[in-house]
Amino acid sequence: MNKKRFSEIIGFAILRFCLGLVLLTLLIILWDIFTKGYSSVSWEFLSTMPRKGMTEGGIFPAIVGTFLVTVITALFSIPLGMGCAIYLNEYAHGGKLTRLIRMSIRNLSGVPSIVYGLFGVVLFVQLMHLDTSVLAAGLTLGLMTLPWTITASEEALKSVPQAYRDGSLALGATKWQAIRTNVLPYAIPGMLTGTILGLSRAAGETAPILFTGAAFFLPVLPKSLLDQFMALPYHLYIMSTQHHAIEQVRPLAYGTALVLIALIFLMNSVAIFARYKLRQVKLES
Amino acid sequence: MSEIFTNSIEKKNKIAPPKISADSFPAGEEKVMTAEDRHSEARIKGEIKIMVENFNFYYGNHQALKSINMEVITNSVVGIIGPSGCGKSTFLRCFNRMNDTINGTRYEGTIEIDRKNIFDKDLDVVDLRRNVGMVFQKSNPFPKSIFDNVAYGMKINGIKDKSKIEQTVERSLRHAALWEEVKDRLNKSAFALSGGQQQRLCIARALAVEPQVLLLDEPASALDPIATAKIEELIHELKKDYTIIIVTHNMQQAARVSDYTAFFMLGELYEYDLTTKIFTNPTRKTTEDYVTGRFG
Amino acid sequence: MSETLTIKRELEIPKPRGLSSSARDKLIHAFFFLNGMLSVIALIGIFGLLVYTAVPAFQEINLWRFLTGAEWNPTSYYEAQYGIVPMLVSTMMVTFGALLIAIPLGIGTAAYLSDVAGPRTREIIKPVIEILAGIPSVVVGFLGIVLVGPLIAKLFGTSNGLNAINGSILLGVMALPTIISISEDALNSVPKTYDQASLALGATRWQTVIRVKIPAAMSGIIAACMLGMGRAIGETMTVLMATGCAPAMPEGFLESVRTLTSSIAIELGEVAYNTTHYYALFALGLVLFVITFLINLTSDIVLHRYEKVNR
Repeated sequence: MNKKRFSEIIGFAILRFCLGLVLLTLLIILWDIFTKGYSSVSWEFLSTMPRKGMTEGGIFPAIVGTFLVTVITALFSIPLGMGCAIYLNEYAHGGKLTRLIRMSIRNLSGVPSIVYGLFGVVLFVQLMHLDTSVLAAGLTLGLMTLPWTITASEEALKSVPQAYRDGSLALGATKWQAIRTNVLPYAIPGMLTGTILGLSRAAGETAPILFTGAAFFLPVLPKSLLDQFMALPYHLYIMSTQHHAIEQVRPLAYGTALVLIALIFLMNSVAIFARYKLRQVKLES
Repeated sequence: MSEIFTNSIEKKNKIAPPKISADSFPAGEEKVMTAEDRHSEARIKGEIKIMVENFNFYYGNHQALKSINMEVITNSVVGIIGPSGCGKSTFLRCFNRMNDTINGTRYEGTIEIDRKNIFDKDLDVVDLRRNVGMVFQKSNPFPKSIFDNVAYGMKINGIKDKSKIEQTVERSLRHAALWEEVKDRLNKSAFALSGGQQQRLCIARALAVEPQVLLLDEPASALDPIATAKIEELIHELKKDYTIIIVTHNMQQAARVSDYTAFFMLGELYEYDLTTKIFTNPTRKTTEDYVTGRFG
Repeated sequence: MSETLTIKRELEIPKPRGLSSSARDKLIHAFFFLNGMLSVIALIGIFGLLVYTAVPAFQEINLWRFLTGAEWNPTSYYEAQYGIVPMLVSTMMVTFGALLIAIPLGIGTAAYLSDVAGPRTREIIKPVIEILAGIPSVVVGFLGIVLVGPLIAKLFGTSNGLNAINGSILLGVMALPTIISISEDALNSVPKTYDQASLALGATRWQTVIRVKIPAAMSGIIAACMLGMGRAIGETMTVLMATGCAPAMPEGFLESVRTLTSSIAIELGEVAYNTTHYYALFALGLVLFVITFLINLTSDIVLHRYEKVNR
């Protein structure tokens, strides 16, 4: 019996150590970025253009670019993702075709981001003649985000009680009326919450935009959606590997990393907080 | 098969007038009209609201309803009783084709409402559901205000006239005996109502689209005795204007509210007769065993 | 009896203009169906375009030499070399190292969360894991350069720390959230009766976890590890930044390596569109797509079977 107890103590200690190590890793990442990036971040850093071959100045165009490309991603991915989720949750009958669709979605979410980049180069940049642009990059990221948006939207639709649909149909609503008036209004907050998480990942992606629109350095902000743009993650990549004076610009790289992480952290916490609130509302009703 | 029912509807050909088989009359009742008397009278007057003929229903390979034949007289209340899993809720959900929403279901035979087969290809299921209102077992108010709950059916059916909607909402709530309790808080959430009030709200919501037939699926099963009494009272009132089919697992309730009672067992309609007859002198032994509580 | 009707049914339900409501509903259904098919179309489209763009490469490159060649040097002064073996080996090395780190850590953490931690702890830890999953790969890669690299250089006495081990460590971190969350789901879906039966027989909770729960959840855990592996193979930025990216055949974990993903990332920016080299990079993409597709498909089948068994 003692031996059993002893092995349990050791075993649980190992498990605890695993968790501790994972948490420690996260802590180190955040701590390193925060402490070393903190001093670089100032209002000037956030609001000015890079100067002197990007050895001085700020990251304003990169912030604008990331914002723009994320908006395009959202505009492309949210409606299509919601539509697909509505089909799967409200219309599909669970036959072979539905299984095929679900399998495709799971596989899409496993396609490497660089492959999305290749796809974007051929389809958007070349075949659709968008050239390397905000639009091409946004569409590429939008396609990459699609599986996440679908999954999140379907989760939200599933949480709407079946009774709302039945009650509506029994009053003579058509299927679409029932969905539009009595399902979507209660699912959309949840859908958006889940989608923000997906968008935050898109905002941090680099590989898909490497060849579809992100620029090394631009002296001006993009004027249209068909212009190239600077993006935070790509800027960080440049500053840490491609710059001619890597050691000198390291503080700027840390600053960029901190801003990127803060942005994603912000989006995540908005989503997580909204989800928490939604859950509470649901519990009350 | 059909002669085993006390008031079985003969498989009649459409041209000849319905023939009533002599042996389906229980002997020795002169003053009291039997169910068959009433049905034949209603047939002559054209007051048969619903006619079910040779109806079979399947979930995939499982046959849930087996060759059901049944008539419902206009503005009467039919109670459907039977042990759980006997197909009574499934049967109820056929009248407004709510089973369409479940995958892998199919049916054979016909159900006619006002002489129109509800499974007809030309029939718009949306019109059908407006004409055949339904109240579910668990009250399902929508997460909207009381007013919007009742107005919902009118709005989705394209009625935009505000005063018309307001009138109808008030009338429906009065009809559901809820108006006095909620008239001061129509804009409050429907979730703030008690369970019994919520169920009456659902009835009001169904009434607001002015159906001909009301389907009630164990409407009081989740309610306390006082709320149940109110619902039963309400059913008494409503039957002046509506043909009502109510599924219930509560035999007293069936005895109290319904004019006719149908006893279902294992997907078959075992016996269908006047409620008084079913509860006092049923024809079949199984029915008697069930209504006297020997199984259930 | 019809005179007794006290209610006048007076609502006039307006007929919808144009199409009948059921016809309109059918159109809407069709619209959503097409929308639903989009994911299938996208998957086939990605595969199709990769094939379409990769095939011209093999007019000049021998397919066999492409798949078995030990040298990748498309810009060689003499004869361009398109052999993907060094990259396959690099990818496998880095992935293998990453899994060596991520699998035990991930399963351990998942087991802790599902069987040791209280619900309170779980509520806190889960979002934390989500944060880890949300850290962009480029940031992880950056830390590979500034943090892990120097550490490795010091520990092993190499000139710089940009090598396979560095990539493995980073990819391990990146694969962790996937492995943790899916393994935890698998462990949680083991019926509670299993635990109770095991505990009732006098087993400790530790024995229950090791001997009952983990074996019962094994297929889910395997699927989790495969998905983690898929993520590691497909990850670009971290390996691009942290592994040094020398195109030669790697000879050990302390060597600089260049994976499939980083080769594409490095070279696609430098080639002219529609040249053999360009097409060859799409062939690399195709190889990558096929590998990850097979991994995902297998894990999908494993997961699916495990769902069925548990039902």
